[in-house]
Amino acid sequence: MDIVRDSGAGSIVAAEAAGPVGAGGPRLDEVATGAAGELPLADLQTGAPARVVSVSATDGTSGHPGASGGLSRRLAELGFLPGETLRIVARGFLGREPIAVRIGTGTFALRLFEAACIRVCPEHQPLP
Amino acid sequence: MEAALSAPGPLVALVGNPNCGKTALFNILTGSRQKVANYAGVTVERKEGSLTTPSGRKVRILDLPGAYSLDPLTPDEQVTVDVLLGRRAGEVPPDFVICVTDATNLRQNLRLVLSLKRLGLPMVIALNMTDIARRKGIVIDADKLAAEFGVPVVETVGVKTSGAAALVGMLNQLKAPAQPHRAAQWRTPTAADIAHDQNEVRRILGVVGGGRLDGVTLDDRIDAVVLHPVAGPLILGIILFLVFQAVFAWAQAPMDAIKAGVGLVGEWVNHALPASLLKDLLVNGVLAGVGSVLVFLPQILILFFFILSLEESGYLPRAAFLLDRMMGSVGLSGRAFIPLLSSFACAIPGIMATRTIQNPRDRLRTIMIAPLMTCSARLPVYALIIGAFIPRRQVWGGLQLQGLVLFALYLAGIVSAMAVAYLLGRRGARFHSLMLELPAYHWPNLRNLAIGLWQRVEIFLSRVGTIILSLMVILWALSSFPAPPAGATGPAIQYSIAGHLGAWLSVIFAPIGFNWQISIALVPGLAAREVAVGALGTVYALSAGGSDVSGALTPLIAQSWSLPTALSLLAWYVFAPQCLSTLATVKRETNSWRYPIIMAGYLFGLAYAGSWITYHMASALTAS
Repeated sequence: MDIVRDSGAGSIVAAEAAGPVGAGGPRLDEVATGAAGELPLADLQTGAPARVVSVSATDGTSGHPGASGGLSRRLAELGFLPGETLRIVARGFLGREPIAVRIGTGTFALRLFEAACIRVCPEHQPLP
Repeated sequence: MEAALSAPGPLVALVGNPNCGKTALFNILTGSRQKVANYAGVTVERKEGSLTTPSGRKVRILDLPGAYSLDPLTPDEQVTVDVLLGRRAGEVPPDFVICVTDATNLRQNLRLVLSLKRLGLPMVIALNMTDIARRKGIVIDADKLAAEFGVPVVETVGVKTSGAAALVGMLNQLKAPAQPHRAAQWRTPTAADIAHDQNEVRRILGVVGGGRLDGVTLDDRIDAVVLHPVAGPLILGIILFLVFQAVFAWAQAPMDAIKAGVGLVGEWVNHALPASLLKDLLVNGVLAGVGSVLVFLPQILILFFFILSLEESGYLPRAAFLLDRMMGSVGLSGRAFIPLLSSFACAIPGIMATRTIQNPRDRLRTIMIAPLMTCSARLPVYALIIGAFIPRRQVWGGLQLQGLVLFALYLAGIVSAMAVAYLLGRRGARFHSLMLELPAYHWPNLRNLAIGLWQRVEIFLSRVGTIILSLMVILWALSSFPAPPAGATGPAIQYSIAGHLGAWLSVIFAPIGFNWQISIALVPGLAAREVAVGALGTVYALSAGGSDVSGALTPLIAQSWSLPTALSLLAWYVFAPQCLSTLATVKRETNSWRYPIIMAGYLFGLAYAGSWITYHMASALTAS
């Protein structure tokens, strides 16, 4: 089962590397935060505050109805939009998947392939 | 109630995000004057209620399914959008919309308000959960919010009876429209629209306040423990253990009382009526049928009491979060946890609870494996066979062998369910959305609990009760006709249609070690699993109506069955779809005959294979 997941994640990364348009989904407008410290949401440290840089659909989910097309849109509806601040509240079983993300005043559990659509930039002030 | 609901009056729709306290508000507005049904053609719950304002005017209130946006991604959202736009057949578009928002989570909620505003239906914003917001230090300027949207804003507290007073006051002044409102033209929002709305939400939050929570809140501190990678699963395990203890311990007394009560009524009918076909139908068909349904009510009530409390408190989504990874490895969603948990009491409420799973394929997989969870109807059968064949002794330093066997049977059900889920196609299931909201913690509200429980009971009794009852009557007829010929020596059932069926079945069942008595008992046992115990009593010609059939049967079967036969029957009961009501429920929930037929087929296949292996392995072991 790891093979399936890894190949899925691989294609997501590849799509990201190909650039925002190559990802095949709508890219919501980007906020200038400087691409230097940018990383995928799943790589963010638990508890560290960060700002959403971009939310893009990847084709790692193609062929599964309801997953590919609606994914970035649904994330956007839940508030995962460029400029919003978030942090990872907890990670699931054995510290991997899913991740619980606090965004604004809401908390959502996301699977890794969902989190892979979101790129964030850590904010460097520590949490109070 | 019917008259009140169909009485003309303006139709008001409650719309809001999931978890915004909309249903609590609906409960306050309408009290017990609610009617729960399904929207035509889909398994989305339709809740309508009515309200009489102080000035005596009737208002119908429709609680639309929770939606994150008007761009539907789930069947629930589709219904909400279709009703609002007047596109849903059989539904009139509402005259008025109450947009319920969670004051503690405006950042997310306001996007829906913006979309609703664009529809142009007359609207009022209910700023709900203002009590919790205040406690959290969130202050929202309702007047400014009203000015921003150009619609009235009323503060409500969904868990207090007086919390909706301002809203009721507003409904009181509601004018019945001269002609139905038409929603404005709707178009699917583009990425630019979403970005625009987001900027708008940020701007409005800047004006009215309430955008963020500063510092570490109490919820954060609870989550740090409850969602902890080690402590979290441990806490979940303890909670589940306590729930199961309660379900089985607390339910015992009321179950016994129901059994005794039905028995008393049966005896009374027995004495009051002369021996006749009618009496037999009443006692062995109708009363036995009603009893077999009612006896599960205490367990279902207790289980749902816990499930509803955990749901209201905000813990259940967190349990789904904790289990998502584990269930994901066999292609299930963490959301499947709640239906599967319910299935330990009875698969029927479990299958009905799969409605919360958004992905249709995930839902179907969950439905398919729900009957493999060891429901409480199997317990009487397990108890009878274990009592007769498994010696009461201790193994491995103090563990009861009988208890171990029972545990193994539960485990066999769970493991095979996971295996079936895996085989039913986990490919790609990793990419089925979770996106589960973990709502703020709340104390469960007693009133909402009571209303929720009552609705579950009503559904169970009315829908399931009618199915089981009619099946019991049919099976009674099969077991009673034709009557035994004069001078017959065997039990009457042997000469009936069921008896002939059993004799025929015993040819099929011989390879897995079932004798003709078991084969006959399995026929009425199709109505409900535990009925097989009573049927065995009938076949072995025990005095009918005896209070302790199981006790009298134990020595009888211990003598006449071999150990491999007994173990084979146990294996049969782990898998076999010996419950027509479950299949009927699957038919209704999936709107098709396809899935109940597939389910019955694969479960019978598994049962036969499992019993065959068990029988032959046990025979080989006991022979050597």
